[in-house]
Formats: sequence, structure tokens, C-alpha cells
Amino acid sequence: MANPDYAAGKAETPIMVKALKEGIFAGVIALGMFCLYVGIKTDQDINNALIWYPRWGLLAIFVGIAAVGRFLMVGFFSPWNAARKERRAQLPVRDIDAKPTFFHTHFLKIALVALLLYPPVMIALVGTQGSLKYVDNFGIQILIYVMLAWGLNIVVGLAGLLDLGYVAFYAVGAYSYALLSSYFGLSFWVLLPLSGILAGFWGIILGFPVLRLRGDYLAIVTLAFGEIIRLVLINWTAVTKGTFGISGIPKATLFGIKFDASPTGFAKLFDLPMSSAYYKVFLFYLILALCMLTAYVTIRLRRMPIGRAWEALREDETACRSLGINTVTTKLTAFAIGAMFGGFAGSFFAARQGFVSPESFVFLESAVILAIVVLGGMGSLTGIAIAAMVMVGGTELLREMEFLKHVFGPDFTPELYRMLLFGLAMVIVMLFKPRGFVGSRQPTAFLKESRAVSGSFTKEGHG
Amino acid sequence: MISGTDNTMTSETILNIEHLSMRFGGLMAINDLSFEVKRGDITALIGPNGAGKTTVFNCITGFYKPTMGMITMTQKSGKQFLLERLPDFEIPKKAKVARTFQNIRLFSGLTVLENLLVAQHNKLMLASGYTILGLLGLPTYKKAAKQSIEFASHWLEKADLIDRADDPAGDLPYGAQRRLEIARAMCTGPELLCLDEPAAGLNPRESGALNTLLHSIRDETGTSILLIEHDMSVVMEISDHVVVLEYGQKISDGTPDHVKNDPRVIAAYLGVEDEEVEEVIAVELKGGTI
Repeated sequence: MANPDYAAGKAETPIMVKALKEGIFAGVIALGMFCLYVGIKTDQDINNALIWYPRWGLLAIFVGIAAVGRFLMVGFFSPWNAARKERRAQLPVRDIDAKPTFFHTHFLKIALVALLLYPPVMIALVGTQGSLKYVDNFGIQILIYVMLAWGLNIVVGLAGLLDLGYVAFYAVGAYSYALLSSYFGLSFWVLLPLSGILAGFWGIILGFPVLRLRGDYLAIVTLAFGEIIRLVLINWTAVTKGTFGISGIPKATLFGIKFDASPTGFAKLFDLPMSSAYYKVFLFYLILALCMLTAYVTIRLRRMPIGRAWEALREDETACRSLGINTVTTKLTAFAIGAMFGGFAGSFFAARQGFVSPESFVFLESAVILAIVVLGGMGSLTGIAIAAMVMVGGTELLREMEFLKHVFGPDFTPELYRMLLFGLAMVIVMLFKPRGFVGSRQPTAFLKESRAVSGSFTKEGHG
Repeated sequence: MISGTDNTMTSETILNIEHLSMRFGGLMAINDLSFEVKRGDITALIGPNGAGKTTVFNCITGFYKPTMGMITMTQKSGKQFLLERLPDFEIPKKAKVARTFQNIRLFSGLTVLENLLVAQHNKLMLASGYTILGLLGLPTYKKAAKQSIEFASHWLEKADLIDRADDPAGDLPYGAQRRLEIARAMCTGPELLCLDEPAAGLNPRESGALNTLLHSIRDETGTSILLIEHDMSVVMEISDHVVVLEYGQKISDGTPDHVKNDPRVIAAYLGVEDEEVEEVIAVELKGGTI
């Protein structure tokens, strides 16, 4: 009995000493790292001469945070965490058969109902005009990314083909709608499927040359393809008007009813006060429907031989071929179907903005979409939707954070830090959830009971 | 697909390999190899390490294109296929030759059942009207999907994996993974099953179970088996016919007993005494067998 007590009493002092030591050490390192970056500000005066002045106060804050943070981490958090883990380990094993809560079993239904009710609730809460921001900036923006990420999920998450140029198909869809509607006056409802098909066609064209490549090489070629599409859009000025972009793209209509101020417009027809909010609400439901279509098709395809072949391809391509699966057509269908959904989303984007330019289809967009897929957990629709909400909604939320101006001064624009936070969030999520928010996969068929497959067994794919 | 063996068929050739050569740069991995696999037989391909056994397999299953030679597969229906001319994925699909791998290649993130469903890809693809009809929810696909699960569970029973059907394949112990790979190959409905070292890494009990599985495959489905194996107890017990390779050439061919007593086989495996070297070389120079 006496022995452990003695050991514990003995261990008490060294922990604090150790924490103090490590805290001072962290402070010294922080001082070394930041003393030039933060401690000294350099500037040019009117004669272009270098002037510099010290910012010792700010430097002290940085060093202080590092030292105190490390001290608290070693001195208090680590022992607490260790004790918590020990307590956890001693707890009896939880009953696995415990009934899941109502929220868990009906999660998808609840989420769908919440999405359906979102615009009317917002209109009721903040008024017609006030709801614009929430329905458009948050709702539609997030749902576009959800749809894009679900489309890319077919290529990256299911088939395991790393595609860094997905935004090219988004661009093909957007420009298909923009050009065909402004040159030929075709309606949105004709062009929506058409731009999807055109994008899918481009998916196949891209697919053919890259099928021989695997892994890193594939990623580089798809990246190049995305850039080619963008450069064509910039330089083919006769058709695409280059960097000026195409403006005045016709809006979508609801069974022929236009959303404008004309006597046959939506607002007049239903005797409502004129507002652009109705169009946004309509667009919200439209993109929601498109998202549901994407999810439905993905879920159905996963249970079909082609979907299983995609996942098998991600796991082991050689074994696929030994089982008589034509890997060429399997990869092509993955590319084409993923691209098709990108095309749908693109034409929706053009109809929503009324303006497209190559600026919207830069590599960063591809990277963001891919980041959403990876963060959400490759292959998981729910995880990806959550990741899109966090990533896109989070960056939109930054614009709203006016109070930050009071903290950091009036020149502070929080949007500029969005990529920094984006990166930080990714690092943190990947540290704690290396397989994304939802790392496990649901089997597509089962004999007795469907049990999720842990992420440690699934592979990321290599080609 | 599942039918008893017809004993009158046993003398018929299912796979005929003629003058097969495979060259990798300056290395002649297989040199003018010819042998036959009889329908309904279990044929073993043995030889010391580096003799070219796996290369022969890769040529048969289309993973390599041979430098020279002809590989003819004759199906029960009498249809013939020249395997060296078919692309690799059409060999299991059309010629009905399935294979397993020396280092197990399962879809580890898919469940055991899903592994067997992937193997029925071509059948299901046809039933789903190349996905389009299945996507519309037509009953033909639903029926075919149900049948495919029944067929898969038949093979799970055979491979003694039925209790683990819903577990990820990567979670199975090694011996079970070997059996699953064989069951998966059988789900493609092959007439010739090529197994690359099926007993490697198995304990005696597991390798006994493997023998039973292979025998029941041969007896119940009439599938001919060609296997590479190092474990002589397995080879001698289950095979009807043994082909021995050394340095890419055939050194012996016959029943297990014949091969076991062939001095060239013994020499290849165990080496010979110094004073016998001259004798062996002389025999080889004359080109005759002892």
C-alpha cells in the first residue's frame, strides 16, 4: 500500500518542475522563431528607404502564449488526460447492442426535413429581404459544394482515382449553359441535362489518355487538364469573351414562370411584394433536389455491380482484372458520372450567378472540393455533407464576424484569413480523425446484419 | 454451373501449352515449355524457387504476354480460346480461367460477401442491363442480385466462412483469407482454376481443410485445377498430375509417384553428390531421361 503512495507523492513535484522547464524551453524557441518575424516590423518610407521599428509587446504576447500554453499542457492537461484514459479503460465495456437514439436512427430524415423547412423559417425569422443572405450565401452556396463534393466522391472516394482537375467539369457545365442559352436561347430545363451530358463526355475524353496512369501521375495529369480548360476559356475570346466572362445569362424559370418584375412574373402572379428572395428560395429547392438526385444515384450505384467494381478498383486493381472486370470501362464510367454531376452543378451555378468567367474555375476550387471529400471521409455522403457545411459555411461565417474588427482594428478583414483557417481546420481534423468525419463504410450487401467496415481496412486507392 | 464430373471427360485436354517462352530482357524465364492439363484433374506445377512457375501462371492468365508459344484453352462446350491473344480481363470472362495470387489480393475494405459479389460482376452487369435497367429498379436485376447472394453463400459454406460473411475481408485470419480468395475465384464460374501457392503459410490443420476444399471443388463442379505449390505433402496428396520446372524448362511430367522417383527431380531439389555430377551431365547431354 505504501509503495504506490510514495511513488505518487514523489511524482508530484517532478511534473511541475518538468512543466516549468518545458514551458521555458517553448518560450525560448518561440522567441527565436518570432523575434524577427513578429518582433520587428519593416516598412518603406516615401524615399523607398527601409525603416523598421520593434514590436516588443506583441513579441512578448507570442512568447507568453507559447510558454504558458506548454506549461499548462505538460503540467495539467497531460496528467488529466492520462487519468481520464485510465478511468475509461476501467469502465465496463459498453453494451454494443444498446438501442441507438431516435436522433441517430432518423438522422437523414431529420436532416432532410430541416433543409426543406430552412427557407420558410428564415423568411419568418428575418423577413423576406433579410433571408436573402441566409438562403443564398449559406444555403445555396453550401449545397453547391455538397453536390460538387458528392460528384467528386464517385471518382475519388469510390473509384480511388485522385482527380485534381474536377473544377474543369464544373466549368464545362457552367459554360455549356451560359453559351447555349445566350447564343441559341435554349431554356434552363433543356440545358441542365445537356450540360451534365457534355461534362460527362469531357470526363470520358479526359479518361482515355489518363487511364494508363496511376497515383501521383494521374493527379498531375488531371490537374493539367483542369488548367487546359481554364486557359481555353480565357483565350478563346471569340466564343467565351475571355476574362470578361459571359454576363446576362437567362435565369431559370419555374414551369415557364419567370422571376422578374413583369406582369407574368412570379411576384405579380401570386400577388406578393417584389423581391429577389423568391428566386433564391426557388434556387435553393432546385439545388436541394439536384443534391438529392446525386445522393440517390450514388447510393443506388453503390449497390449495383458497377459501384462494387469501383470500390473493388480502389482496393486492388490487379485482383479486379483477375476477376474479369474491365478496368478501363469501369474507370471511364466513374470519370463520366462524376463529371456529369459536376456539369449539373456548373449549369446551376451559371443560372444562379447570371455571370460566368474563368475566375470562378481556378485550381483552388478543385482543391477545396477535394479537401471537402477527404475531410468528410472518402465515400461517405453524410460525412462529406457535414464537411461542406463546416468548410463553406465556416468561411461564409467569417464575413459575418464584425466584432473581430473591434479586436484587431478596423483594417482587419476576416475573409482574408479564410485559407489560413481552412488549413488549420484540416490539420486539426486530420490529426484527430485521419479518415475524415465518417471514416467507416457501409457494406452494400449483407447476409445477416450490416456492420460498418472500419476505415483501417479500406484503402485510398492508388490510381 | 454445378454439375458432377463426367468420368469419360477426364482424358480430354483443357489447357494445352505449346512451346511457351517468356523473355525478360536477357533472362529467359520460361524456355520452350510444353505441357497439358487434363479436364477434371488437379495438376500441380512444382519446381525450385525462380524456376518460372508464377511466370507460367501470369502467361496463362494474361498478366504477361508470352514472347513465343501458344496457350489453348478448350471449354466443355468445345469452344477454344488462344489465351495469349486475349486481354487479361477477358480470360476469366470469356475463357473461364480464374486465378488466385501468391500474395493474397483481397478487397480488404469490402466485406467477405461483397468480395464474392464483385467476382460475379459480369453476370450481374448483364442482368442489370449494364446498370441502366438496374438503376430504374427493374425486377430482373433484383432477382439476379438475390441469386448472386445465394451463390455467394453457397461458396461461403464450402469455404467455411459463412459466419464471417459480413466482416471486412481484411479482418480475417490468414488461412481464411486464402480460402476466401479461392471462393472468390470460384464465383466467376471458371472451368480452370489456377492457384498460386494456396497452402503457403497455412498450418497443417488449415492445409488439410484446403485439400478437402480443392477436392470438393473438383468433384462437385468439375472444375479442373492447376496449382503451384511448395508444400510437397499437399502436392503428393491431392494432385493427379505433376509438372516439374527448373530454370524455365520442364524436367519431369507425370503422376506424383513417377515424379517423386525421377532422379532429375531429386537432383533439382536436393542437388547431387560430386561424383554423380558427371553422370547427370552425360545423361543430359544425351538428351534422354533416365
